[in-house]
Amino acid sequence: MLVRFWGTRGSLPVALTSADIRHKVMTALSLAIAKGVNSPDKLKSFIDNDLDFSISQTYGGQSPCVEIETGRAEYLVCDMGSGARAFGGHIMSARNSVPIVVNVLMSHVHWDHIMGFPFFAPAYAPGTHIRIFGCHDVLEKAFRLQQSAPCFPVEFSRLAATIEFIRIEAGQIADIAGFRVTPKLQRHTGDSYGYRFERDGKAIVYSTDSEHKLEDPAETEGFVEFFRNADLVIFDAMYSLLETVSVKEDWGHSSNIVGVELAQLANVKHLCMFHHEPAFNDERIQSVLNETIRFEQLTRGSRPLRVTAAYDGMELEV
Amino acid sequence: MDIRNRTYDDILVLSPEGRIDHGNSEAFRNSLAPFIDRCKNDGKRLVLDLAGVDYISSAGLRCFMLAEKQAKAQGGTIVVAAMQPVVKEIFEISRFTLIFETFATVREALARFSPTALQAYQA
Repeated sequence: MLVRFWGTRGSLPVALTSADIRHKVMTALSLAIAKGVNSPDKLKSFIDNDLDFSISQTYGGQSPCVEIETGRAEYLVCDMGSGARAFGGHIMSARNSVPIVVNVLMSHVHWDHIMGFPFFAPAYAPGTHIRIFGCHDVLEKAFRLQQSAPCFPVEFSRLAATIEFIRIEAGQIADIAGFRVTPKLQRHTGDSYGYRFERDGKAIVYSTDSEHKLEDPAETEGFVEFFRNADLVIFDAMYSLLETVSVKEDWGHSSNIVGVELAQLANVKHLCMFHHEPAFNDERIQSVLNETIRFEQLTRGSRPLRVTAAYDGMELEV
Repeated sequence: MDIRNRTYDDILVLSPEGRIDHGNSEAFRNSLAPFIDRCKNDGKRLVLDLAGVDYISSAGLRCFMLAEKQAKAQGGTIVVAAMQPVVKEIFEISRFTLIFETFATVREALARFSPTALQAYQA
């Protein structure tokens, strides 16, 4: 199974500024000079092996949209954040004579998770079938509302695709695009839902916009069961632990520390930090990742946990 | 959970031991509570001596946060001293060093508060 990240930023899309690019170029060239890089071959090796990801690349700034390849002639995606624009372009460029079917699982309907849909090209393509699954009773209302005047020029009713809204229930297993999908209620303003996807003995969990109250052992145990033995957990690690128990308590997000602890308790193989703080630049996200890897080493039990930070364009084989 | 406590002048030094994790964080919080009640502007200031603590989970750190919040509201001060290297790193990664003043030893923490307390400690 391949997981492809189209949008990984939380709350609000962001873009690199010219100053950010200049800083990356200055840093990279300074290091290249110091290392005596003087040929195209050395340059490639230098970029691939000697530069931090935060200098040679970027974590990106699109809001949440994560595709899980189905191996079938249909798509499966979590959330329709601004990353959905590029995802839609990918679908349109790959299309052939087979009608497009897109299954969307919605964590919730806050703006950063739906804002890409008006720019999702398949929604404008006749013959496309879009099935939007979610546990909120306001699912359809939210999608229609953001495409109502005066907020957007194209009314939802004018979209050419056949669009279905399908209500699913927390704790009730649904069969979607060949996956066994289990939704779980999460703590977030207006509620959010995580999804566990299982197929062929593999398990992927998408758990974003979820705050974890540390004083409630039953809640902790519920998430440990939800994550149990997962091959990959995509986890909202927007804030530091300190922020989640102080100034940003009840803001509905979690931390790298809690992500590692839950993943270790649940025997997860790979924790992927997600929903990055929009105020963070690439170096800050890289720094948080490095610290989280160190925290995992400090607290490791019998088995190592792989820790990564998601970036726009990242592909993970599960 | 038992927490050893000693007083030097008007400084209270608390010395928990072992792990503070999801399994015992509430017990730790309950044990800490009566001491935090006394940590106020006209009462005892408090040093958390973590020399005997080898691990603190997020649930344990939350207890530290709640204690600090209560003490601050009462006009009191809590500082942390003598962290083992692992606990020190956990404190740093979780950003708790932003709200707690930390000291390498209990002696340094006492010196920060009061020469009389330091004298009593050294006696």
